[in-house]
Parts: sequence; structure tokens; C-alpha cells
Amino acid sequence: MKKTYYLFNPGVLERKDNTLKFTPASEEDSGAVVNEQVRYLPVEDINEFYAFGSLRANSSLYNYLGQKGIAVHFFDYYENYTGSFMPRDGLLSGKMLLAQTAHYQNKKKRLVVAKKFIDGAAYNMMKNLQYYNRRGKDMEDIMLLMADLSSKISSTQSVEELMGIEGQIRQHYYDAFNLIINDFEMGIRTKQPPKNEVNALISFGNMVCYTLCLRAIHQTQLNPTISYLHTPGERRYSLALDISEIFKPIVVDRVIFKVLNRKEIQEKHFDRKLNKCLLNVAGKKIFIKALEEKFQETFKHRSLKRNVSYRHLVKLECYKLAKHLLDMEEYKPFKMYW
Amino acid sequence: MITGTHFNYYQVCKRKLWLFANDINMEHTSDLVYEGKLIHEDSYRQRSSKYEEVEIDGIKVDYYDTKNKVIHEIKKSNKVERAHEWQLKYYIYVFEENGMKGITGILEYPTLHKNETVILNDADREQIKEIKAHIEEIIQSEQCPALYPKGICKNCSYYEFCYSAEEDGDV
Repeated sequence: MKKTYYLFNPGVLERKDNTLKFTPASEEDSGAVVNEQVRYLPVEDINEFYAFGSLRANSSLYNYLGQKGIAVHFFDYYENYTGSFMPRDGLLSGKMLLAQTAHYQNKKKRLVVAKKFIDGAAYNMMKNLQYYNRRGKDMEDIMLLMADLSSKISSTQSVEELMGIEGQIRQHYYDAFNLIINDFEMGIRTKQPPKNEVNALISFGNMVCYTLCLRAIHQTQLNPTISYLHTPGERRYSLALDISEIFKPIVVDRVIFKVLNRKEIQEKHFDRKLNKCLLNVAGKKIFIKALEEKFQETFKHRSLKRNVSYRHLVKLECYKLAKHLLDMEEYKPFKMYW
Repeated sequence: MITGTHFNYYQVCKRKLWLFANDINMEHTSDLVYEGKLIHEDSYRQRSSKYEEVEIDGIKVDYYDTKNKVIHEIKKSNKVERAHEWQLKYYIYVFEENGMKGITGILEYPTLHKNETVILNDADREQIKEIKAHIEEIIQSEQCPALYPKGICKNCSYYEFCYSAEEDGDV
């Protein structure tokens, strides 16, 4: 199984013969830059890189990464996701692209797909609340409100109306965060920039989820720029936004609850500047580690009858979507089993 | 353009044929496929001087022995032997269509230490014409052939594509 590498330290990444050489650099107190122990990374084992520190590399490295099908996701100092280097589209299919656009241009077909994304997302959000409801947190009122809104999904007539309902569901869902999370107050959802710790985690987690979905899409024939729920062009790879909706509750939110309630992430893991609250490097490492553990966690898939990881689950979701767009089989979004 | 792979998949599964022909590929990420690729590349390293890889009319032959006029095709397993046979028969057919005569084929299974000779006769030639026509029909179709569960599905690179689905109702 190919691995995901997270580069927190700044440094130089280069090709050495048929392997990769990473020279981490760190700043001494005096301001001088020191090169640390060089690491050699076996290129056949790597799926992708996440670059959090500043990375120096030249085009011959990227040519090599492209050949080997390795992606790089870039995050800037403020942990904003800035973009990805994706290897050349090896798996595109003209038929698939036409099928994708056909389902977008036909308003009815587009709405069908968009509804499915929200249906899956809402179900998974509810599932989270049910879990905590059973463990002594009173979610009843919020769950009722969400269930009521969810029942309206199937009768919406337009994507705008659908997005309206989604927005309301999400608002109630975030209200529940204040009940679920013990030591931190979420308040309302703030982004760009996030104003408190919970919001910082949500923003960061969502960005990582987006790159996870993007990577999965890239390994299929789906073109990531054609989306159904979000307007194509809203962000470069808007299909990744669509698919993220289903997985954010299952992967990101559950990890957030875990790291906060188990005190794996605390006050000291955040930087507060002006009106921004962001994870500091130590906090990022802990959160990323927890997310990566989640992505690798496996469970028995009901229809495939084999163990799959959450990361793999996203790819399976793409297959299902592809089959729907090719008019092979109706798409049913993944709904969490427990 | 019809390739040997089309012929092979036609025997194995019509759905696989359609997906492959419409550029829906799973190949790169399957470990089984990677293994097959390594076996192909590493099995007969001393050959490169005497034999050659040949490409004509859309087909790509692993190794062609020009002296003895034998087409060699390397495979990992003989589970779908019929499919491999027909792929090789098609290669011989294409060589003949390009003016070469007296060609034979060998199916090689290095990991099984087994080889199989393959010859083309008139009945085969007729059947190849029919199969070609049928293949064209399938791949031109708008609709992908329906899923028809088989024992070999579990080892197919499209297994997850075909079988990923969700159950109905509230779980």
C-alpha cells in the first residue's frame, strides 16, 4: 500500500538516481539555517506528499514525481491550502467527460446527483449526533430539526433551494458541536480566518479532506472540475468539494471530537494572532497524525465483503458516482454504518 | 482499432471489454497488474538480443522470434487460458493479414514453468472475423453491459468498480 508523506520541516526535495532525497533544514536560534539528517524515500512506496514547510525543488524533481504518479499538496504558513501538483491526467476518458457534462447540463439530472450528496452528508451528520446522544449528551431537539430539514431534500426543485436546506442543516449540526466538545466553545462557524480553536480545526480538517477526495478522484476517470452540488469553477476542483461533503462528518468531525475530548490537542497547540486562531506546528503534527490514522483505519465493507480503509472508501465512492454518470447504476451515497 | 487485449477481454467478460474500450481503466492501481508487469519485464532478460517486441495494426506482441516465426506471449496465470489462446490466435491472424505466413505461437507461463503451442486453422480464421464484428458491436454500444457475477470477478482489476454499491434502506 503506497504511503502518504507529510513534510513539516522546510527543506530540499530532489531526485537521486531512482530514489528521492529529502534534506530537512531548520533554523537555529542565531538565525543560521542548518541542514539535518538526509532521508532517502523509496519512490515506489509513495502515493503523495503534503508540504507544510517551505519546500525547495526543481522541475526535474516534479518531472520525476509526475512520471511516478506522485502528487504534492501545498499548504502555506497559515496552513491554508494553496494548491496541488497532480501528475498528468493519466486516466481520463472522453466518454466519462461527456457523461459528466451531460449530467450537469440536464438540470434534472444535475439535481438528482446534488441531492444524493446532501442526502449522504446529512445522514452522516445525524449519525454523529446519534452517537453522542446515546452517550448522555442531549441532542434530541437538534436531531429533530435536522431530520425535519432532511425530509425536505427530495422535494427540492433547484440546486439553490437544496443548498439553502444544506446550510440550515449544517447550522444546527454545528450548534451540536458546542454540546459534544467539552473544553472548547465553537460558537458560530467562522472561516477565513477561523476565530477560535474548534473553527481552526474544522477549517484545517476540511482542507485535508478536500485533498484526500481530490487524490481519489484523480485515480479514476472522473474529471474533478465538473461538479453538481457546488458550481463548477467555484474552486479549481469542485467535484472534490462535492465528495468531501459526505466524508467530512465521518472522518474530519469525528477526529476533531476525539483530539479535543481526549485532550490530545489543547490550548497550547494554537497560535492566536489578531483575529485569527490557527494550529501551531506542534498542533498540526498531532492533528495530521490523528487524521492520517483515521484515513488508514479499516472496516469490513458490506457489499465488497472485504476490509477497506477510509481512504479507499473515498475512491469507491468515486466508482459509484462514475457508474451513475455512465447510466450503469444509480448512485447511493455512503452512509456510515455505526 | 481492435487489439489483442480486446480479444482477450471479449472471452473473459463483455463488461470488462466495454469499460476498457471506453478508456475506463483500473489497471495502474491493482497490485496483481503490477505483478504481471514485473513478470513481463523481468522474466526473460537474455532475450532482448535475439527476439523483438513487435507492433502492427494496433497489436503489440511481447516477443517475436523472427528466425523460427514464433510469437511468444507471456502471462502470469492460466486461469483464463481460453482468453489467452484467442489473443494469441488474433496476433497470428494480424501477422497473416500483413502478408506473413507459417506463423505459430507460444503461450508462456514463467511462474508455472509451463508453455503452450498455439496454431491458427481455417475454422479459427472464420471465427476471428465473427468475433471482431461482435467486439465492434459491443464497444460502440451506448450502454455498458450489465453485471453478470462470475467466480473470476474477485481477481479482476474492475472488481471494486463493479461491486461497490450501497445497500438499500436505513442501516
